[in-house]
Amino acid sequence: MKPTNIQDPEYFHKVVDCQYACPAHTPVPEYIRLIAAERYTAAYMVNWESNVFPGILGRTCDRPCEPACRRGRLEDEEEPVAICRLKRVAADHKGEVKHLMPQGPFASNGKKIALIGGGPASLTVARDLAPLGYEIHLYDEWNKGGGMMRTQIPAFRLPETVLDEEVNYILDMGVHTHFNHYVSSMRDMLDKDYDAIFVGTGAPKGRDLNLPGREEADANIHIGIEWLAGVAFEHIKSVGKKVIVLGGGNTAMDCCRTSRRLGGEAVKVVVRSPFKDMKASPWEIDDAQHEDIPIMNNMPPKEFVVENGKLKGVIFGNVRAEYDENGRRKLIPTGEPDVFIEADDVIIAIGQDNAFPWIERDLGLELGKWDLPVVNKVTFQSTLPHVFFGGDAAFGPENVITAVAHGHQAAISIDLFCQGDDVLTDRPGPTTNLISQKMGIHEWIYDSGVTNDDRYAVPHEDKRKTLANRKVEVELGFDERLGFKEAQRCLNCDVQTVFNTSRCIECDACVDICPTSCITFTKNGEEEELRERLNAPAQNTDQELYVSETLPTLRVMIKDEDVCLHCGLCAERCPTSAWDMQKYLYQVTKAGQTCSNLVE
Amino acid sequence: MTYIRPSFRHPGLPKNDIGFTRADYEGAISTLCAGCGHDSISGAIVQACYEMSLEPHRLAKLSGIGCSSKTPTYFLSHSHGFNSVHGRMPSIATGAYMANRDLVYLGVSGDGDTASIGMGQFVHAIRRNLNMVYIVMNNGCYGLTKGQHSATADAGSKSKDGAINPFQSIDLVGMALELGATFVGRSFSGDKTQLVPLIQAAMSHPGFAFLDVLSPCVTFNNKPESTKSYDYVRAHLEATATIDFVPEKKEITVDYAEGSSKNVKLHDGSRIQLHKLAPNWDPTDRGSAVNRLYEAKSKGEILTGLLYIDQESRDLHELENTVHRPLNSLQETDLNPGAAALENINESFR
Repeated sequence: MKPTNIQDPEYFHKVVDCQYACPAHTPVPEYIRLIAAERYTAAYMVNWESNVFPGILGRTCDRPCEPACRRGRLEDEEEPVAICRLKRVAADHKGEVKHLMPQGPFASNGKKIALIGGGPASLTVARDLAPLGYEIHLYDEWNKGGGMMRTQIPAFRLPETVLDEEVNYILDMGVHTHFNHYVSSMRDMLDKDYDAIFVGTGAPKGRDLNLPGREEADANIHIGIEWLAGVAFEHIKSVGKKVIVLGGGNTAMDCCRTSRRLGGEAVKVVVRSPFKDMKASPWEIDDAQHEDIPIMNNMPPKEFVVENGKLKGVIFGNVRAEYDENGRRKLIPTGEPDVFIEADDVIIAIGQDNAFPWIERDLGLELGKWDLPVVNKVTFQSTLPHVFFGGDAAFGPENVITAVAHGHQAAISIDLFCQGDDVLTDRPGPTTNLISQKMGIHEWIYDSGVTNDDRYAVPHEDKRKTLANRKVEVELGFDERLGFKEAQRCLNCDVQTVFNTSRCIECDACVDICPTSCITFTKNGEEEELRERLNAPAQNTDQELYVSETLPTLRVMIKDEDVCLHCGLCAERCPTSAWDMQKYLYQVTKAGQTCSNLVE
Repeated sequence: MTYIRPSFRHPGLPKNDIGFTRADYEGAISTLCAGCGHDSISGAIVQACYEMSLEPHRLAKLSGIGCSSKTPTYFLSHSHGFNSVHGRMPSIATGAYMANRDLVYLGVSGDGDTASIGMGQFVHAIRRNLNMVYIVMNNGCYGLTKGQHSATADAGSKSKDGAINPFQSIDLVGMALELGATFVGRSFSGDKTQLVPLIQAAMSHPGFAFLDVLSPCVTFNNKPESTKSYDYVRAHLEATATIDFVPEKKEITVDYAEGSSKNVKLHDGSRIQLHKLAPNWDPTDRGSAVNRLYEAKSKGEILTGLLYIDQESRDLHELENTVHRPLNSLQETDLNPGAAALENINESFR
């Protein structure tokens, strides 16, 4: 193998599994250390820079970081660090932060930008562009900003105060809001002479289920995301005692739990696929089950039963799943008799689609497969050069953190476009920094000890209280003590083991001390064959091998990054400092950002 | 500040024949200087015991005083151990071995502990052919007392404080050969591919197996002018042969050309495979080993590898025709044969 090029900013970035997995590349270990140091405000700002909505995401994020967490790979039973809930600790315990954010009024640069849709993607674009002097006009059909974060996430998971606070940090930057304004024509928008338009309208169309009885029972059959929006804006205040929620995703979980709070006593979730194939996050399924909501699997709905013009229930078939060699699933009827389940209301939460009925098809703005716009995956530019897309509107339903990541990138493109630069070739690279953490013998700037604590559970409010009022938040969040303990579980994967070939005397001290047998000195070879003959087999090919230059004995140092604990013992046992622990800070460059104004 | 070894281990660590991973042979975290050769030797001992599928409770670690003699704390936590008085480890080993021949005895000593204060003990342990492995972690200096030259420091070698050693060194390997040791080898802490099979072979040898392991003292004796520094040793290494240890149950898989390799069968059925043999050297011929050693020394080379093995070795218990069972398992009936037996003995003198 060739020596590893650690100058490549992506090499060490990939070692920080959580940050690498985060669509917005939030420097996770950096803010977790700040939480452990009780510097909540600083931890909040690290988050705010990257993901814009720490308080919101600390409660609702899909957390792609957690399955990636190195800690989860250490032992079968070991769970990842509760990264998401630590983010909330920063938000809950922070001090005044507004003075740390860009302060308006900002000197105008003479450019006007329209943002269509007031959700996380558009708000991120506004956050990035307003301080640069752009005049931002934000359009949304509702009376407040936040988009799906407001309409689809129930208040018992995300209190309105938290949402308002973080949305307002952005709107207060001098954003011109056009609320209660549904944009019904792209042509009209194009005629308004904006320098650029950003479309962040989400995936607003909930899928329906066209089964017998659907039309007759329409009064008691609801589309999940529309129903949740109705509840959020208090157009809907009650639901029948018996409720069936169809679907196995997170929207279904929100619908069933909301139903329990609006009068639903016998609420059931019925899913056509097996439990293990459900799209909902495991923790959301747990929370639903904790609220006495049974989840019934392998039951596709067949018919809405209507008597005297009123919904009586739903008939379900029985299936089992079979998978072909490509892993494709087929649901095969088992032949068991159909099941009738009574219901006063049925909520359909089986997915959502993009919809652009308001974009005229003769504008030169191309829509492709599934009526999705044709958008460049890097620049988020559509086929109309000054129209950009982001969030669910760009490539279909994802999640809040992905929308934020899109927003940042779209903002860069809009800025480049408005300044006459090339949106693709002039994009800035990430900013990176690699700093030694050595303070003395056995002394590092970071806390290198590895705790054995199991993951801490977030305390919940009493169920009687939360079910009685849909606005009572279920999760109480970690207090400072639990937050500290959970923060200590972080392995500090951003503190990198950096190897200097010319200093190594090949004494083997690092090999002998490494708790997880990551380091091997051996003859070089091809990667596949090398992975087999290291001190511990390197079977996780998602993780790189760190290969040194050739040493005086004609061997090379090979480190398998997979289960490195970043404990620093290799560097502590190294007599010549050939190993050093160096903190790697990788930051995605934002629109208009230069090195000098990065948050430390 | 932390100096705690995390308890997590690699989840994919392989297991040996008795179901243990390498981690089961570890000891406490070392308090020796960072980069100490002794730690590498500890690592090699761990690796050797793991590969031999030795049950940790079947081994006894014995040591005297010195940096080297601290190391038994840093390997094989689940084995027996005795940290004795300076230079007196062979006496303890002799006593322990006489009391219980069922254990594997691993003595760890240093150049001070062996070549100075413990010299008298060392030579008698060889003479009696105790069944033990005797490893000298040889760094040519007294690390615990700030690096004065030891008796194994070569004449002309320069220490960290600039002092040049005026005295001739004691070559422990040459001495062991001269005294009739039945297994003699030399190695280097920085070469585990040689050291691990040597330790395994030594543990399989029925008799006194002596290993002189050069182990640089990074703190006091690792200057370029020192003959026991990492750089100097690496530049002057000369091996008798490459060595592989093949346990009893494993088959030999590598074939080498006739004449360039040699198989040495050990008492317990395991084998030592030697390849790329040095000229005019036969590991079973003490004379050729002495000659080869002398030749290397006169050329300024440090000869490593297996130097000599006596396949006919008869250890102390065999020489003394002592009881096979450990003393602690002997009952009153074994120890007191009764009046009739006494009468028989008395009768024989009449």
